[in-house]
Amino acid sequence: MRTRRVIAGIGIFGLAAAGAALALAWRPAIAPVPPPAPASFDPALVRRGADLALIGDCRTCHTTSGGAAFAGGLPLPTPFGTLYSTNITPDPETGIGRWSEAAFARALREGVDREGRHLYPAFPYDHYSATSDDDVRALYAFFMTRPAVAATPPPNELPFPLNIRLTLAGWKLLFLHPRDLAPDPTKDAVWHRGRYLVEGLGHCGACHSPRNLLGAEVVSRAYEGGEAEGWRAYALGAASRAPVPWDEAALTQYLREGFHPLHGVARGPMAPVVENLAAVPREEVVAMARYLASLGAGSGTATPPLDPSSGPGQAPQSAGMQAAIEGAGTDLYAATCAACHEGERPPPFGGVSLALSTAISGESPRNLVNVILEGLPARGGTGQPIMPGFGAVLTDAQVASLAAGLRRRFGGGAPWPDLEPAIREARAARHLAARPAAAITPAMTPAMTR
Amino acid sequence: MTSMILNGERRAVRAAPDTPLLYVLREEFGLNAAKFGCGLGQCGACTVVIDGAAVFSCVTPVMLAENRQVTTLEGLGTAEAPGPLQRAFIDAQAAQCGYCIPGMMMRAHALLTRAPDASDAAIRAELEPHLCRCGTQMRILRAIRRAADAMRPRSTAEAGR
Repeated sequence: MRTRRVIAGIGIFGLAAAGAALALAWRPAIAPVPPPAPASFDPALVRRGADLALIGDCRTCHTTSGGAAFAGGLPLPTPFGTLYSTNITPDPETGIGRWSEAAFARALREGVDREGRHLYPAFPYDHYSATSDDDVRALYAFFMTRPAVAATPPPNELPFPLNIRLTLAGWKLLFLHPRDLAPDPTKDAVWHRGRYLVEGLGHCGACHSPRNLLGAEVVSRAYEGGEAEGWRAYALGAASRAPVPWDEAALTQYLREGFHPLHGVARGPMAPVVENLAAVPREEVVAMARYLASLGAGSGTATPPLDPSSGPGQAPQSAGMQAAIEGAGTDLYAATCAACHEGERPPPFGGVSLALSTAISGESPRNLVNVILEGLPARGGTGQPIMPGFGAVLTDAQVASLAAGLRRRFGGGAPWPDLEPAIREARAARHLAARPAAAITPAMTPAMTR
Repeated sequence: MTSMILNGERRAVRAAPDTPLLYVLREEFGLNAAKFGCGLGQCGACTVVIDGAAVFSCVTPVMLAENRQVTTLEGLGTAEAPGPLQRAFIDAQAAQCGYCIPGMMMRAHALLTRAPDASDAAIRAELEPHLCRCGTQMRILRAIRRAADAMRPRSTAEAGR
């Protein structure tokens, strides 16, 4: 009798808890609106929104290579399955044409679409949540004035129960918290602007911070380095292992130009980021750089701090006459790499000294392996250094020997324990390493919106 | 001493192991189809095929060709008996100055061997590392299409056997 009552009690409690959870998880639809006329938006606001959309990298995920801008459909490989980005053009049927500004704001900051469905956190609303009302309004004005494109992305490929969007309510309960952006009286306005952009729309931590088993950023280890589409996103700030420590000027140049002579070239998923930032007002990038520089700089790993004799222009160079370097793996370096990396040519025809490479001094061999195998492919129309890949001629054993040799000679760190798996994974993910150039730049320059 | 299988024949290489493969091909074996363009792996004129993959021979030390199958344009046919890819390039009159053509043909050869049904878009994407300053890109693409069409029935028949 008593047992039955306990069971009933548990049952009622369980039902109540499930009901409460469902009530918390349930988000109502926001009524559709007639698509607003593009002319109803202030052009200055649209222009502002264009800059913010670039800082937010919206086009980078919401556009396929060669596809219509913002029409979605780009596959996003995650550890949980493949997601496809959505159509965020103002098409009334397949895009966001019937979304009110309130619906747009809720999607951006809370990860809930107009119909009330939870969105997957590959969409970085855990960062976008910091976006101000004014900036949401500008972004809304920008997107609602883009050409409408009818396009529906392929369905997501996720296993049960992750394909049940209600589970995301639990994820949000655990991990979606407002960012603490309280004013710091010791810092200037530029720093505050930079923090707002880096922590918010710029969502730098989405790649550069480690994630836990449920795919959420580990807040206590922010900027200690993370993973992005088969690449290592290096640690920023105090945990940085850059051979030459970063400063505000170097960060500004790198973020705007995609290259810095003491740090090398942005590649992998960072390449579209710098292409976006190249087109926004300089002061916004300066602000981001100031905040990022304030996170600390690491101590540098170049030992001795950047041997000047290893820089470009120091070694006599012609193909076939390379530096003699001792040790296993370094014969490959001397014959294959040194002609460019220790040659007399300045970038972009010569490579940077590998003593400057975070790919070699860094915490993971993955980027070095990616670049050895695939090189630095040209990105359509951009003036960036390029490098031929050697994946077709180097065996896995040779890649391992070369990478270990470079680590020994230039890396200033312990041998990588995970070199062989990194090579296997990089071989399997070739298509990711050589992500094609985005063919959408012309359609998206801010000039379009004037 | 480095040793490789060059156009089907095993050949010993006298040059030092760090010599670029391109120099070995041209100077030691007199195979002059592969050209020196930029010497940086950025123009494609020096492309040859190693074990089925197109590589820039100007930045590939010959030691990496050890015991591997190296194919140059000379391996695809002769002036008297051109191979299907060479035939197609002649028929399409795809060469103007011709300097880039051997590299283009070798990458096309690697592609069509690997993917006989390559689409026009795939051919175009594959040839992206190759520069042609004469502006004959459209003829080159046409020639490769023609070669693919000429080779396909045969390769399909072979696959069916």
